[in-house]
Amino acid sequence: MSKKLQTTDDLQRLQASLITNQGLGKQTIIISGGTCGFARGSSELAAAFREELQQSNLGQEVEVKLTGCLGFCEREPIVMIMPQGLFYIEVKPADAKLIITQTIKGGQPVPKLLYRDPITKQSVQTMAQVPFYAKQKRLLFQHSDQIDPLEISDYIRVGGYKSLAKALLLAPTDLIELVRKSGLRGRGGGGFLTGKKWATCRRAHGEPKYVICNADEGDPGAFMDRALLEGNPHSVIEGMIIGAYAIGSDKGFVYVRNEYPLAVKVLVHAISEAREMGLIGDNILNSGFSFDIEVSRGGGAFVCGESTALMASLEGKIGEPRAKYIHTVEAGLWDKPSNLNNVETWANVPLIVEKGADWFASIGTENSKGTKIFALTGKVNNTGLIEVPMGITLREILYDIGGGVPRNKRFKAVQTGGPSGGTLIVETSEPRIRDSMVAHGVLAGDEEAVSLLDLPVDFDELTKAGSMMGSGGMIVMDQDSCMVDVAKYFINFLQEESCGKCLPCREGLRTMLDLITRICDGKGEMKDLDTLEELSQVMIDTCLCQLGGSAPNPVLSTLRYFRQEYLAHIKEHRCPAGVCKELVSHAIDETCTGCHLCLKPCPTEAITGKLRELHVIDQAKCIQCGACYQICKFDSIRRVKRGEGELIQQRAKEKWAPPLKKSAASAAA
Amino acid sequence: MSPQRLLDIEQAITTIVNSYGAKPQALIMVLQDIQKRYHYLPMDALKLAATKMNMPIAQIYGVATFYKAFSLTPKGRRHICVCTGTACHVRQAKVIVDNLELMLGIKARETTADGEISFETVNCLGTCAMGPLITVDDVYHGNMNVTKLGKILNELKGKTQSTDDPELSDE
Repeated sequence: MSKKLQTTDDLQRLQASLITNQGLGKQTIIISGGTCGFARGSSELAAAFREELQQSNLGQEVEVKLTGCLGFCEREPIVMIMPQGLFYIEVKPADAKLIITQTIKGGQPVPKLLYRDPITKQSVQTMAQVPFYAKQKRLLFQHSDQIDPLEISDYIRVGGYKSLAKALLLAPTDLIELVRKSGLRGRGGGGFLTGKKWATCRRAHGEPKYVICNADEGDPGAFMDRALLEGNPHSVIEGMIIGAYAIGSDKGFVYVRNEYPLAVKVLVHAISEAREMGLIGDNILNSGFSFDIEVSRGGGAFVCGESTALMASLEGKIGEPRAKYIHTVEAGLWDKPSNLNNVETWANVPLIVEKGADWFASIGTENSKGTKIFALTGKVNNTGLIEVPMGITLREILYDIGGGVPRNKRFKAVQTGGPSGGTLIVETSEPRIRDSMVAHGVLAGDEEAVSLLDLPVDFDELTKAGSMMGSGGMIVMDQDSCMVDVAKYFINFLQEESCGKCLPCREGLRTMLDLITRICDGKGEMKDLDTLEELSQVMIDTCLCQLGGSAPNPVLSTLRYFRQEYLAHIKEHRCPAGVCKELVSHAIDETCTGCHLCLKPCPTEAITGKLRELHVIDQAKCIQCGACYQICKFDSIRRVKRGEGELIQQRAKEKWAPPLKKSAASAAA
Repeated sequence: MSPQRLLDIEQAITTIVNSYGAKPQALIMVLQDIQKRYHYLPMDALKLAATKMNMPIAQIYGVATFYKAFSLTPKGRRHICVCTGTACHVRQAKVIVDNLELMLGIKARETTADGEISFETVNCLGTCAMGPLITVDDVYHGNMNVTKLGKILNELKGKTQSTDDPELSDE
């Protein structure tokens, strides 16, 4: 494989021979890797399969392939058997033997490993039949189950680098026009038109020009860039080479989080493979165009996701943003024209070149084209990485793909856009929330309560609703999440991560945190809400960079949709979700089965009770740490208003009856 | 500082700096490699790096204190990270942090008195499906609760605890 590709023809020949040599119908065992996969035992699983195959003398006939993330994080590790396409979930090394005898040798599926619909109890055999995948439109992840990220030949076999060959035959300006026409917008959060950015950078004066890939995915709850780099690094590299050619740059950088060790390893390997093949380097495919990529590992500062801060950090300096009187496309890295795009943006480029601008523009909504990868996390049954067309509704994402909230709890909100984004309400059936929205002018008095569940998800609609697309984190919250606490969480995060260069951000966030903490502790006053809103506006108007300017969003959006919760904290000294420690008491109600599970984790030994008898929390000893609440399988621990715990437990004592032995035992198992 | 250790640092820094070249843009990666080797940034190493990279120590100190990933104080022999990303937060990572503080008797970013265990919180490790999540010496432990946490700590401390509750076992 070390042979350098000299021309486009070489590439075509290589691809053709790879397809021929693949051996049609050859059985392949595909195992999902990636950080999550490995954390759940993918490599042990691969080893188990290899050993079993060896023992069955099938080592030559059957291939074991460790791919990147397949997105269905909740059910990792996933195993697929090709060519049949059988889709197995939560496979353990001990299952390897069974799969080999029953499926590989016997040609029959293993029913217990198939995905079973939680409602219909029907099991399905292939990936496309699993509801989690059925509503997705997987373009960037299209080949994720066919590519071993450490093998460039896998990427070339599925048509990789063909777009590069095609692009090198186009004039750079035509290429930029193609990307502009496709309507591709930056996937990092800003949503700026990629083609327009490229054109400005190409026109900018100064040599050399740089292209940069922003892989400093600092938004908590977002991991699509990690998955792309770990699973299909060449799609990002190919995009960067094409972009560099269009802009007229010969040097690229990838700035990647050091917290993603696997992504760094895979990327460095991929770049060196591409270099060996002559796809990076001098005179790429005999086009006269030369380009090289360097990987730079970030220092773990959220602010470095901001373009000017990132470039400062690339130069080895403190990652502080600067005012953008002059855009980075004019003067960025070392004051040279620099074009920065996000990982996902770069990965879209080869697709657009391959299939055309019109094809790309046919997907999505009027001003948001293509697909978007979201990290669907939090209180949702099917946590995972999903790729959906722009304009899909929240309802489809949350229910059809996400499978609803675990443990039959109630959906409350969705948070998008990371710390700079907002928290959106999804259900407004609660009359009090509706009232507060009316009071706050979000709804008119005669309007029915709106349901944001039918909000089409794209750049503009999310912004209108008071949040933003961001890089694509989508965190689902249920009744157990306190919105004041969520706002406090983000403000605390931003306050810690503020670089401290400009005053409004540095001091504004600190003051905001003080105010919100006071509210969470039940010491807030009504005027604090006004101060919060005023401070927010000052920050929006005066902060140096976008991160500061958007920092008040978590507060503003929760105030907009969940003002009632702020009021409960301030006026009633009550945390409706039971999260804010200073305002809650933990108590055990009559549904307790006496299973003893909560005794062990209690750090103050506040819980007492005999096995199969009602347990009681000693209110004086309890420090409200929540360990018992987290572990109870019967939802018997209640988080109530401070001081009301004793009352609940009194009532429980009167009502409690011993559980039927059998049902308690089976429920506990 | 013993002359032997100084020599060791000297050698290590030379190798690290040479692997990137003495250019300013390599500074962060040089510091990362130093930290990887010593689990923190020893002042002697920083001074040496300044000489080798021909850079003022003030600049290096500035960078070392700006980025969260760097520590100027020694970390424990075993290191625990608790993910407090948003997804873990809504799955009550705070409970894990609070209880870890209670169990170890230290706050986040501190090290136990015997120098054995240190812990810190990180903003997101990007494995949200497994939240709440901790890593112990870079090994991931997902779906954490306080009972499991206690077991992990006990194992770290070299004790073994009888597992009389089968339902408490992992996942």
